[in-house]
Amino acid sequence: MIIVAADSPASASSSPWHFFGYFMDHRSEDLGWLWTHAWLSVVPVMVGLLIALPLGWLSRRYGWLYPPMMSITGLLYTIPSIALFVLVPPLLGLSSLDPLQVPIALTVYSVALLVRVVADGLASVPDDVNQAATAIGYTRARRLFKVELPVAVPVIAAGLRVATVSNVSMVAIAGTIGMSNLGQLFQIGKDLSTPTAYYPPIVLGIVLCVLLALVLDSIILILTRLATPWRRAVPAR
Amino acid sequence: MIRFEAASKTYPDGTAAVDALDLVAPSGQITVLVGPSGCGKTTSLRMINRMIDATSGRILLDDQDVAKVEPAELRRGIGYVIQHAGLFPHRTIVDNIASVPVMLGRKKKQARADAMELLERVGLDHKFAHRYPAQLSGGQQQRVGVARAVAADPPVMLMDEPFSAVDPVVREQLQEEFLRLQGELGKTIVFVTHDIDEAIKLGDQVAVLRVGGRLAQMASPAELLSNPVDDFVANFVGRDRGYRALGFEAVGTLPLESEPTVSLASSFDEAAQAAQDGWILVLDEARQPQGWLAVADGPASGSDSINPVNLRRGGTVAAVDGTYRAVLDAALSSPTGRGVVVGRDGTFAGTINATQVVELIESRGVAS
Repeated sequence: MIIVAADSPASASSSPWHFFGYFMDHRSEDLGWLWTHAWLSVVPVMVGLLIALPLGWLSRRYGWLYPPMMSITGLLYTIPSIALFVLVPPLLGLSSLDPLQVPIALTVYSVALLVRVVADGLASVPDDVNQAATAIGYTRARRLFKVELPVAVPVIAAGLRVATVSNVSMVAIAGTIGMSNLGQLFQIGKDLSTPTAYYPPIVLGIVLCVLLALVLDSIILILTRLATPWRRAVPAR
Repeated sequence: MIRFEAASKTYPDGTAAVDALDLVAPSGQITVLVGPSGCGKTTSLRMINRMIDATSGRILLDDQDVAKVEPAELRRGIGYVIQHAGLFPHRTIVDNIASVPVMLGRKKKQARADAMELLERVGLDHKFAHRYPAQLSGGQQQRVGVARAVAADPPVMLMDEPFSAVDPVVREQLQEEFLRLQGELGKTIVFVTHDIDEAIKLGDQVAVLRVGGRLAQMASPAELLSNPVDDFVANFVGRDRGYRALGFEAVGTLPLESEPTVSLASSFDEAAQAAQDGWILVLDEARQPQGWLAVADGPASGSDSINPVNLRRGGTVAAVDGTYRAVLDAALSSPTGRGVVVGRDGTFAGTINATQVVELIESRGVAS
């Protein structure tokens, strides 16, 4: 039935199931948004991780830093995303709808989430392992990069998955304030819903966001598995 | 050689973990630090490689004050084994062993080849080389821990309760192999344990520490057992120390008695005729003792042969060049009171009873 609807030229159908037809009719625009959406979801997480690594390491290294660091990052995460999007330009002196506005706000969220993840990941390294590394002559830096971070990969990767997937949904919110990404589909759906409800773009937005989240999540999962063959080693006895 | 000169570790709250310790760990020997928990033995060990810095006094490693060496640099020249091995979970066994050589700049390929050789030396099959630590048992992991510590061939090794977390049977194997390996390598070893039996078994010399980090006595195991310096050491060393001390002295010539024996293939009648006091010692084809047979138990049902099920196999067997302890134990554990003694090749040599062994021990005391 969906396929019939898609093939039919009567693309004005307002059935929610008509989203595929809607997609075919606006293919290049939708794919462009999907592409930007993907970049906006991934890059802030990467930048966020780079910033969170030293912050997480510091709050692990200096125990007194951990509680305030967790409070501050926790508070950052409670700021509603739409408010943060609107606040970024005046705070940083950018023009409204500057292309950096959304990535900066999303990076803030990623950092907020990942500082705890990095600190807890480093804490997941067994004490014996750290002591052995120190005792056989690893310097602090070498130990961090050759032992602690590799062993913390499973915990950090789990955090990256959460951050990336939640970014996909927050990018969509940025679409509703005018940034060009899949969020636009929701705005279009809303605009076209007067006087009667018109669902296809809204459903298409949801479907593409979910698919994007699934694909990005799988990519991180696969990369993590490749990076941690030791996790799949079957324990003795 | 490692020398502690009035080395102390005092924490900011004033408690002393180690209090003015003077101690020498000679080159090529195993020095064991033993004592109850809180005696500062692990702290003392860690002061050597500066995982803990002494608050006063000095520690010299081959006449070099360790406080003047950069810690990471210092540690690369000192092997270290800890209780749970602390293997790197993300590296294969062979890469775990190669860690220090690779860090010191050796070619990875060469380091791995050396690691394979070491794997064999610590008694592990090559098939373990490409597994991860989680796939090995505790005892196997500990062997890898020892291999990793000796991989760069450091002259000094520090061992912190390395065999405490494995079961008693595996522990004994690891101890035997550790002594064999040390026989080949001749490292300067400082070994920490809370187990006095382990200390006595492994140590060339044993330092007993008391709570508060003070040295109570430093002596050879035999000296410690025969001549504890005070009540603390005496209690710590244990009640049966007189008996255990006999484990350090080899017997001289044993006045062995001849004993009639039969082979497993003999008929029951032959065995019964040869028996002495109703008991006959049964040997196998290679003339190695199998057990005592009581004539009263009778032949195997429905035949006239010896019933192997009836053999009493509980007695220990001592070697002609064994220790007083081994020979006395053979006599005490034998159902006939006659302890079985074998030659170096394991063949039956003769018997000796407890009274004779005790006489030997006493006459030794008079002679010395």
